[in-house]
Amino acid sequence: MDLSRLEINRRTALLTSAAIAANVLNPMRAFAQETPRKGGVFNVHYGAEQRQLNPSIQASTGVYIIGGKIQENLVDLDAQGQPVGVLAESWEATPDGKTVTFKLRKGITWHDGKPFTSEDVAFTAMNMWKKILNYGSTLQLFLTAVDTPDPQTAIFRYERPMPLNLLLRALPDLGYVSAKHLYESGDIRQNPTNLAPVGTGPFKFVKYERGQYIIADRNPDYWRPNAPYLDRIVWKVITDRAAAAAQMEAGELHYSPFSGLTISDMARLGKDKRFIVSTKGNEGNARTNTIEFNFRRKELADIRVRRAIAHAINVPFFIENFLGDFAKLGTGPIPSTSTDFYPGPNTPQYPYDKAKAVALLDEAGFKASGGNRFALKLLPAPWGEDISLWSTFIQQSLGEVGIQVDIVRNDGGGFLKQVYDDHAFDLATGWHQYRNDPAVSTTVWYRSGQPKGAPWTNQWGWEDKTVDATIDNAATEVDPVKRKALYADFVKEVNTELPVWMPIEQIFVTVITAKARNHSNTPRWGSASWHDLWLSA
Amino acid sequence: MRILSLAGRRLAASIPTLFLILIGVFLLLQLAPGDTVDALMAQMGGGDAATAQQLRKLYGLDLSVPAQLGNYLWHLVRLDLGFSSIYGKPVATVILERLPPTILLMTASLSFAFFFGLVFGVIASRGVNRWPDTLISTLGLIFYATPSFWFGLMAIVVFSVYLQWLPPGGFEDIGTVQTGIWRVLDIAAHLVLPTLTLGLIFLAIYLRIMRASMLEVLNLDFVRTARAKGLDETHVITRHVLRNALLPMVTLIGLQAGTMLGGSVVVESVFSLPGLGRLAYESVVQRDLNTLLGIVFVSALLVIAVNFVVDLLYARLDPRIAAEG
Repeated sequence: MDLSRLEINRRTALLTSAAIAANVLNPMRAFAQETPRKGGVFNVHYGAEQRQLNPSIQASTGVYIIGGKIQENLVDLDAQGQPVGVLAESWEATPDGKTVTFKLRKGITWHDGKPFTSEDVAFTAMNMWKKILNYGSTLQLFLTAVDTPDPQTAIFRYERPMPLNLLLRALPDLGYVSAKHLYESGDIRQNPTNLAPVGTGPFKFVKYERGQYIIADRNPDYWRPNAPYLDRIVWKVITDRAAAAAQMEAGELHYSPFSGLTISDMARLGKDKRFIVSTKGNEGNARTNTIEFNFRRKELADIRVRRAIAHAINVPFFIENFLGDFAKLGTGPIPSTSTDFYPGPNTPQYPYDKAKAVALLDEAGFKASGGNRFALKLLPAPWGEDISLWSTFIQQSLGEVGIQVDIVRNDGGGFLKQVYDDHAFDLATGWHQYRNDPAVSTTVWYRSGQPKGAPWTNQWGWEDKTVDATIDNAATEVDPVKRKALYADFVKEVNTELPVWMPIEQIFVTVITAKARNHSNTPRWGSASWHDLWLSA
Repeated sequence: MRILSLAGRRLAASIPTLFLILIGVFLLLQLAPGDTVDALMAQMGGGDAATAQQLRKLYGLDLSVPAQLGNYLWHLVRLDLGFSSIYGKPVATVILERLPPTILLMTASLSFAFFFGLVFGVIASRGVNRWPDTLISTLGLIFYATPSFWFGLMAIVVFSVYLQWLPPGGFEDIGTVQTGIWRVLDIAAHLVLPTLTLGLIFLAIYLRIMRASMLEVLNLDFVRTARAKGLDETHVITRHVLRNALLPMVTLIGLQAGTMLGGSVVVESVFSLPGLGRLAYESVVQRDLNTLLGIVFVSALLVIAVNFVVDLLYARLDPRIAAEG
């Protein structure tokens, strides 16, 4: 093991732990005596420019961080992680789960002055969520129509039962509404409005200079009383993480969302009184680190080998030394932040046990000849430095039990193509994003029959009828209690078979100025509308 | 008129090279796994297979590689650089938007490097092997050996974070709308650190070349003649030595104009400048073939143009070259 590297990272991680510990209380500090101050410009770090800004057709944090302030969703999550109405005031589902009725808020207008009505919801649902939006197209697969008996009522009709708790947990991300009158003619993807979004939100789009900045100003006609407080939000495009940290220190940036700085810079700024470094406000954006197995390799098709690999890696050691308090031990595909679905830790687990790993590999018939049993190709995703560290750790851990690992690095497009389309991998590792309900983007990692080339889905060459049945039943189960039980079964089943192992849980880290108030107060705050955010003098 | 015909001949001679470069880049990028739709999926964090298929059709990626290349070249012949898949606008527009910051940065740092390289080179050669020479040569070596991103970051930490004299990044101040001279000054302030960062590395090369070239020319017969005529040292240096020693420097400018376009990815990223280098990097990561080829095309044109100007300068500095051309 490369000790010099380990030392540095251990030190970083310890500093980080101290920094986070010191800041745990900071976001909670009570500012009850302070009265909100109007005005001010809020400067946001924007690390990776997207091709467009409309959250109705693209579900990613890179779009929500901007589009989520300009456009609004039907429902969002409140401080406790429960659905709360935004454009929708109330909702109800019929007992068979095939009809969901949303009552919409009255008197809301688009930024161009046209009234917001149920027509907009129906148009967006049928043409964007169902047809274009990633994960939306899966969620709304059985949506057949949206009826609009009056401007304040939208009735969603489904061919198969749609669990209300699934819909309400998916809609904060997958329920942004676009204006029908701006999108009804022409190709939605090519619509110029996508780069100059028009919404109902607290901030109005002003200007987008590609490669430089995006500006949105206060919407004076916003429907929530006395909101928003800020005059302007500026998103500055800064691709270099170290440069972004320097801009935070120079006071040119107020907020770097979604772990946008390097681990060492976050640790350093965490000790600086001018900043708050915390995972609070990102609970809704949990992710797990994965080990994905390709069953086309005969060695990996053997369950003993997969379990041996899981046993061979000392995950707590890795977390403690490399990730610090930014991560915790994971127990499978549903992270512990998911209060509605987390089945607890009592599912099959694979704690570090080198002797057991060796015994399992021997038992499977892969004897070590000259120290080596077989060689595997590991493809790490390029999404973050944790994946890079993790892949090296896997390489070294497996080397100790006689499995030689060759790491093949790619950029984003190359990684997706090689893993999920060409299947040119033995092991792959990246992030699984959990989106508040397992049916949104988790079960596709395990359900068989995924079309070749669909990223972040079961492309392992693995199929299990029992797991498929559990997933299908849970997706249409209307009773929340039964649904939770079905997902607990699901976790037990996939942790037993182990087509993918998800042993680390992470939440994004926020770096924000200590002057910000009402920040990080919902589980998806980086994506939220910031109508109540203000800056103290 | 002679200049025009020379320019015409030069351009005609570069066209085959230009096409070979473009075809080479096109084929090279085919070797990279994944296309722009895969890159889009990576950015979005998901997407279904049907959508991917629709998008491939939209971007013309469902055709065979030779057909795509043929299409591209056919458009290019009609001076159409195609459509950028990441920007959703014509490539020509995207590049035109990015060209001013790049050219500004390039000209500023090249001029900086050229001017100070010249001055320090002359000083070093006048005091060869004495303390001014040693000092200048050592500094040059340090500048040359330091990675530019580190230089840039340290410059930001010192001048923007601690001293707060200069802005830490960006092309202009977004907070206030400025016009006329104030805008020019604002952009200039934003370009000081990037120019220094990019220029210091080149400065080192220029001063080494200038020093060597000066030393060589100083030993030539005509310099002795000039001194024998009784000219004072300043006259000898400025009128006789400098002019002749400048030729290698001018050659270097021609060579480096091209390098600077590509080499500024790092500086543009560190200082968040919207230049061509970052655009090229982004187009590779996003597999935006049209944009990348467009940048290669425009960079090649710029290099050809700069080299043409350099050739004209040669003639001006040394009339013998023009007589032969």
